[in-house]
Amino acid sequence: MTGTGPKTDLCNTGRLTPEKEADLTAQLLELADTDVKRCIQCGRCTANCPMAQHMDLVPSRMMWELKNGRASVVLAAASPWDCLSCFACETRCPRGLNPAGVMEAARLLSIRPAGAPVLTAEEVAELDPGMPQQAIVAAYRKFSK
Amino acid sequence: MIYNYYPGCTLSTNARALDRTARRCAERLGFPLVELPEWQCCGAVYPQAPDAVGERLGAVRALTAARDNGGTLVALCSACYHVLKRVNDDMAAVYPIRDKINNYLALEKPYHGETKVLHFLEVLRDHVGWNRLASLVTHPLAGRRIGAYYGCMLLRPGKVMALDDPESPAILEDFLRALGATPVVYDMRNECCGSYLAVTNRDYCREMVGRILASARDGGAEELLTACPLCAYNLVHNAAAEQQVPVTYFTELLARALGLATGGDVQ
Repeated sequence: MTGTGPKTDLCNTGRLTPEKEADLTAQLLELADTDVKRCIQCGRCTANCPMAQHMDLVPSRMMWELKNGRASVVLAAASPWDCLSCFACETRCPRGLNPAGVMEAARLLSIRPAGAPVLTAEEVAELDPGMPQQAIVAAYRKFSK
Repeated sequence: MIYNYYPGCTLSTNARALDRTARRCAERLGFPLVELPEWQCCGAVYPQAPDAVGERLGAVRALTAARDNGGTLVALCSACYHVLKRVNDDMAAVYPIRDKINNYLALEKPYHGETKVLHFLEVLRDHVGWNRLASLVTHPLAGRRIGAYYGCMLLRPGKVMALDDPESPAILEDFLRALGATPVVYDMRNECCGSYLAVTNRDYCREMVGRILASARDGGAEELLTACPLCAYNLVHNAAAEQQVPVTYFTELLARALGLATGGDVQ
């Protein structure tokens, strides 16, 4: 399973007016709280991301799209749902940027308007009783608010 | 000095061995852990969005309680330590977040990140000292080749966590040397185990754990130790049968070396 998560109406690339695209980009940038304009596209975030090989839009490409004002492309991607927030990208970025923050912003911008969890209990395979609470709480936080 | 202690949800349930052995060892080493009388879940993941106020409150309440009882807060679970330390940094240095949270909580005395958040390992390194720890070892782990698995949350982002060098850490290897074991340094010791994707996609966890265990084996590790219950779970339960190695919490090894051990490896 790649890209657990919703494809909201926000994500229909090509349907957005330039004003709506600019508005979405501004919202995403505010939530991401990282200065994507400083990205030099060195690709180090992607090279160090343990999930990059499974992503439809790798971290450096996410930064590029957002830098160029195309939030709809970022929001249409499944990648944010595969991001582990391991912060390898942030720690290893030579410009001190935080692609994981962009991933989190994209998740939030999809979840918040939907107002409902994007991963329901029914969609989760039977939980191993030995699984730590920490995993369940983390998944709840990532997929529901 | 009061060592306020934040156990977190998992140490009260699935990772009781980590909690139990830590308390016992802390007593022996002269820094008894004082559990906060009331604590809430830290949320397990750090809320990165600057407007995520509610998600930070559990951590801030624990930090404030620790400030009001001596000013030091010790955590054991890597995720709790990560969240507490990063939220503390927000409260110290990120004024919009600090102001919103202080306005919401309406504390008698606003919180500005005064609490010192420590991982149990930092107490061992900086307060007890490796030499003194080594002198207290009664059952040295001689001949055991152990690979330390750091994972992500203890070390990254390095600027905020500041526990050790995020790319070339030494704290767990120094710990192992103090206990008389032979630490094994291997490439993947600070790469992610798959974390909470264990809930939604175990195949990804198996893939990542496979890379970590292969790297540890190539380095010569015969067993692994960790500080994180979720890492421990993934390393054990998402490992291929032919790659299985014993995985132990660092406090379990400490208890054994200090002659306080009961219990077994991470299940």
